[in-house]
Amino acid sequence: MTTRAIPDRARILGAALALLTVTGLASACSSDDTKGSAASGAYTVWDPYPQFDGTAAWAKLIDKCGADAGVTIKRTAYDTTDLTNKALLAAQQGSAPDVLIVDNPVVSTLAEAGVLTTTEDTGTDVTQIVPNLLAAGQSGGRSFGIPIGANTLALYYNKEVLDAAGVDPASVKDWASLTAALQKVKAKGKKGITFSAIGTEEGSFQFLPWFWGGQGRLTQLDDANGVAALSLWEGWLKDGLAPKSVLSNTQTTSWQEFATGDYAFAENGTWQLENAKKAGFDYGIIPIPAKDGGLAPAPTGGEFVTVPVQKEAGRYTTSSKIVSCLTSGDNALTADTTLSYIAATTAIQDRQVQATPELKVWVEAVNAAKGRTSDDLGTKYPKISEQLWTAVQAALSGSAAPADALKTAQSSVK
Amino acid sequence: MDSTRLAGRAAADAPVSAAPRRPAPARARRTARARSPQWTAWAFLAPVVAYLLLFYAYPLYRNLDLSVRDYTVRSFVSGDAPFIGLDNYREVFADKTFLPALWHTAVFTGASLLFQFSIGLALAVFFSRHFRLSVLLRALFLVPWLLPLIVSASTWSWMLNTETGVVNHLLGLVGIGPVGWLTSPDWSLAAVTLANIWIGIPFNLVVLYSGLQAIPQSLHEAAALDGANAWQRFWKISFPLLRPVSAVTLLLGLIYTLKVLDIIWIMTRGGPVDSSTTLATWSYRLGFGSMLPSFGPGAAVGNLLVVTALVFGLLYIRAERRKVLA
Repeated sequence: MTTRAIPDRARILGAALALLTVTGLASACSSDDTKGSAASGAYTVWDPYPQFDGTAAWAKLIDKCGADAGVTIKRTAYDTTDLTNKALLAAQQGSAPDVLIVDNPVVSTLAEAGVLTTTEDTGTDVTQIVPNLLAAGQSGGRSFGIPIGANTLALYYNKEVLDAAGVDPASVKDWASLTAALQKVKAKGKKGITFSAIGTEEGSFQFLPWFWGGQGRLTQLDDANGVAALSLWEGWLKDGLAPKSVLSNTQTTSWQEFATGDYAFAENGTWQLENAKKAGFDYGIIPIPAKDGGLAPAPTGGEFVTVPVQKEAGRYTTSSKIVSCLTSGDNALTADTTLSYIAATTAIQDRQVQATPELKVWVEAVNAAKGRTSDDLGTKYPKISEQLWTAVQAALSGSAAPADALKTAQSSVK
Repeated sequence: MDSTRLAGRAAADAPVSAAPRRPAPARARRTARARSPQWTAWAFLAPVVAYLLLFYAYPLYRNLDLSVRDYTVRSFVSGDAPFIGLDNYREVFADKTFLPALWHTAVFTGASLLFQFSIGLALAVFFSRHFRLSVLLRALFLVPWLLPLIVSASTWSWMLNTETGVVNHLLGLVGIGPVGWLTSPDWSLAAVTLANIWIGIPFNLVVLYSGLQAIPQSLHEAAALDGANAWQRFWKISFPLLRPVSAVTLLLGLIYTLKVLDIIWIMTRGGPVDSSTTLATWSYRLGFGSMLPSFGPGAAVGNLLVVTALVFGLLYIRAERRKVLA
């Protein structure tokens, strides 16, 4: 008897454990079920701002928008270059987030993949958004998201270096006067201008204001206007007005060069404003001049708030509420302030300029800016851009003349 | 000094000589459980089989599958990419990047292996002399191996910066003009190879050093008594006896170097204009470097690398087998 008693007890114990496991699993399943049903449980938001942790104003804003829509939000931040592939993989596996905040040139790619809903599908209002900014997320006449804000490029200058060289920044109106200013600076033993011409999208992003400012067309890279723009950059490097290191500079390393105080000009973005204040020298900002004067259209930077396709259409109503919450009124102002962006609606742009008058030049630049995937380029843009940055690298490294480099680029765009 | 080393050797040899003796109780237990040896065997095999299938066979199959289909972003998501046979491979072979990338891969791998191995071997011989502080110094030589690649690659690109890098600064002091390490098409491949050699030396040092330790000291002593000098002892004793270790080191180094991506990507992005693009960076660029991924051709290039590594692996196995037969 005693020998059998122990196995019996063990069996009972085993059965109890099994029962516990089963009920545990069942309750886990049922809690999963409630999570899956519409308009309750956690909504997922992916963004490319890993620099903001849970305590940042941005994260709190997302939580608040979730609370307003009556749901909790689970936010995940990815590095911006990872996000496209992460989003594609998630869509493939049917686990796309409810709200996806993604860099604007990627929107058309994701839209092409059928990953994103249109603002019409979700019933999101886009009438307040400035048209040239909204255009970066449009394809075939439909909008696939709302810009959270925008940034773009302009020229930062070092007042002390310009004063020493006797250059008045207001005199820089076109390419010729800019080059003349750089030469004066060089004659004083200082360095001219730094930018980023790296072989990635950043390189194209930085080249486009000059390319567009000289009337270049992305559909015909090698026409005379495109060649003139590339020759401008190539000439600067040849004459020592810009450093060779631009070839490997990201926008961050280019900024670090400017921050040494040796450079007169730096082409950089809205997001460097805070760093400019810490640079320890007097700085100013002018818009990038077009070839024959006036403002060059710079490419729009910044992210779009999008709603990826879900199996349950019922989730869109809440997702749309979250999107509207993030992109309108005071919330948009908060978001754009923390991100150091210019707002995507005229009303908030005005409030930004009122609060910080020095943002005026940026608002002008943003309003003159142009989406990279606009003009219905859509998914053709990434291929064109890759050839464009390759041509820039070829010309600046001296392995091909600007005209030849662009000819090769045009013939490689399939 | 010598006696302690011999004692150490004896201790190290002990487990080897003990190994062939199979403990008796194990055999008894096995006969007792003879009822289902098949099942037990499978149970023991299952974890490794599952592991191999999940992490080796399936990814390889997926990569092959990717390379024979026409993937666009749309068909990647919907999963209905049409089968196009070897078109991706044809596209890759016809691409103007292919031949330069192949050549750069050969130069990068060849130069890296040559210098890593010879410097590693020289250091291994140097450290086998056991001078004071040699252990500390040897540990210091391991640092490049321990550093995360992103740290070493960033540091190299910072040191080799054309304008502000310390290397150009030092060259400037002796009157050599600024070299465009990362910005000139003539130098970029040399710059990334240099960094890769530096990173690979510790691995060669460690493996060859332990290989040298396994060569019986008595051989050296006997040769010394016969009047062989240090140079002869190295070339006639150490180097030939080190051959199996050298072969493994070179094979592992080759496989490792073929697939080097991070160093090149961080330092030059394969540029300027493909001048430091290898097959590995090209594959990455096709798949992930642009906003519009071309997974098919990217996977095709990746498979070419797998095949190359496989060929050298098979050559190695064949050489080993020939030696066993001989």
